[in-house]
Amino acid sequence: MPIGLQRQKYLIDFTLASLLRRRAKNVGLLAVYTLIVFALASVMLYTNALRHEAAHVLEGAPEIVLQRMVAGRHDLIGEDHLARIGQVRGVQTKAGRLWGYFYDPAVKANYTLMVPPDREIAPGDAIIGAGIARTRGLSAGDYLTLRGSDGKAHTLRIAGLLDSRSELVSSDLVLVAEPFFRGFFGVPAGQYTDIALRVRNVQEVRKVAEKLTLLLPDTRPILREEVLRTYDAIFNWRQGLVAVLLLGAVLAFVVFAWDKASGLSAEERREIGILKAIGWETSDVIRMKFWEGAIVSLTAFLLGYLGAYVHVFFADAALFEPVLKGWAVLYPRFSLVPAVDGLQLATLFFFTVFPYTVATIVPIWRAAITDPDTVMR
Amino acid sequence: MIELLDVKKAFNQGRPNEFWAIRGVNLTIDANRVTVLKGPSGSGKTTLLSMIGCLSRPTEGRILFETRLLSGLPERFLTAVRRETFGFIFQQFNLIKGVTVLENVMLPAYPLGGPRRRLEARAHTLLAQFGLEAKAGYRAEWLSGGEAQRTAICRALVNDPRVLIADEPTANLDTQLSRDFMAIVAGLKAAGKTVLLSSHDPEVYDCPAVDRVVEMRDGRLARG
Repeated sequence: MPIGLQRQKYLIDFTLASLLRRRAKNVGLLAVYTLIVFALASVMLYTNALRHEAAHVLEGAPEIVLQRMVAGRHDLIGEDHLARIGQVRGVQTKAGRLWGYFYDPAVKANYTLMVPPDREIAPGDAIIGAGIARTRGLSAGDYLTLRGSDGKAHTLRIAGLLDSRSELVSSDLVLVAEPFFRGFFGVPAGQYTDIALRVRNVQEVRKVAEKLTLLLPDTRPILREEVLRTYDAIFNWRQGLVAVLLLGAVLAFVVFAWDKASGLSAEERREIGILKAIGWETSDVIRMKFWEGAIVSLTAFLLGYLGAYVHVFFADAALFEPVLKGWAVLYPRFSLVPAVDGLQLATLFFFTVFPYTVATIVPIWRAAITDPDTVMR
Repeated sequence: MIELLDVKKAFNQGRPNEFWAIRGVNLTIDANRVTVLKGPSGSGKTTLLSMIGCLSRPTEGRILFETRLLSGLPERFLTAVRRETFGFIFQQFNLIKGVTVLENVMLPAYPLGGPRRRLEARAHTLLAQFGLEAKAGYRAEWLSGGEAQRTAICRALVNDPRVLIADEPTANLDTQLSRDFMAIVAGLKAAGKTVLLSSHDPEVYDCPAVDRVVEMRDGRLARG
């Protein structure tokens, strides 16, 4: 082994022996440190995975959704609008969509009723999301009765449940046939909730939206990328909220760690004097302390991060779920697909490992440059 | 071997509490001899030993090891000279608590970065030589006074230095242990080492193994 490497190995060995000598102090420090990294990493991993999930879900969404506005409010859009869109170049497909919200006072929850564009549903049948099935205690073959806009009760037979893998977006969904939808909400034929547009070239989406605004001035185009940005903002806000809550804990830890790491006991000062007197260089002493800081902080970082990974992706982030996921009666149950953001990982590493290591080195620098003859006196 | 030319050492220089611990010492220390610096507390023995052993620098004057000027060396080189040329036995032994006897002995060799197996073998040989082999795995604080001092001697010898410096080595030992220590010193001299001691213990300066006694008083040599 090269001399330089062997030297570092000796220093690390001695550092480990030193850490074990002050076991109570260092284990306590490691535990608190790990907990802080765990909490911060859990929030980061969870929000990042949610963002990924949202982006993944929206991948299949139309590039543009066109809504008609009346007095600044979203209103139904007619077939004539659909026909006029045909004149805009770049639009690949266009389709009117039917969807709406229904408040069910029985369970105090909002459902999303929708006519699926890609599957046929028999009139009087419904396919429901797992959240509704759980809340109302329904399974295939059961009946669901809802009060329509005409004040009459409309009964649906549950033909099936939606795949639970898509629960993040389908938890509150009720898929129905078009005639039922129109009858239930009183939407006249030829009217739609909005229009979904597919654009051939993604680069042209903004241009197409611009043309639509000029062609149909009573509408507003909603771009997929804007929806994504909104999701991002929401998750960032929630992440920030939790981070603020954790800030107090982080600050307390900083004070605690600074005190533990930077406070040199008389015994430690004496040891540094001995090591220098028997031939250690100032740089050896500093390196030893660097390893001490690095070993503690790296161990805490790895344990905390691994703990957070398990917490978020295997235990469904039980500790932070209500804040980060939001509140709902029809709470979706879902497991997140593991996603780690390199930049976030690096940021967390920098703000946890780096300050602690510096905090251990600075006071040692002062102690290590003193004359070694102090041990003789 | 070691030559001191008008060496002076001041503490707190330029301040109201300025104090000259060494006030002009000229001294030559021969190789393969046992030299004792004798004198009362505060006579400057320890300060002089520190400067000879490269633990501190003189305020004025020069210290030469063979023909090499030590007093002007930058800290890094001074440390290297200290590590390779001098071995120290301190009055309080200064072993590191909480680590084993074996590790305490090996500590001065860590910055050299030699192979671990060779270093361990060397430390075990020294411990065996001083009757401490059975205590290799003990923690330093579990040792008796005599054992702690012998461990300190092993530590001082691990880098095979040419000069051994011991500051008041018998201050914490009873008469029998003091005699045992001087017997070890005689053995080291026979092995070709140069030994430099500071003491005001007659068990030390009256010992037949001692070749020369240098008396100090108030930072000066009283008799050479």
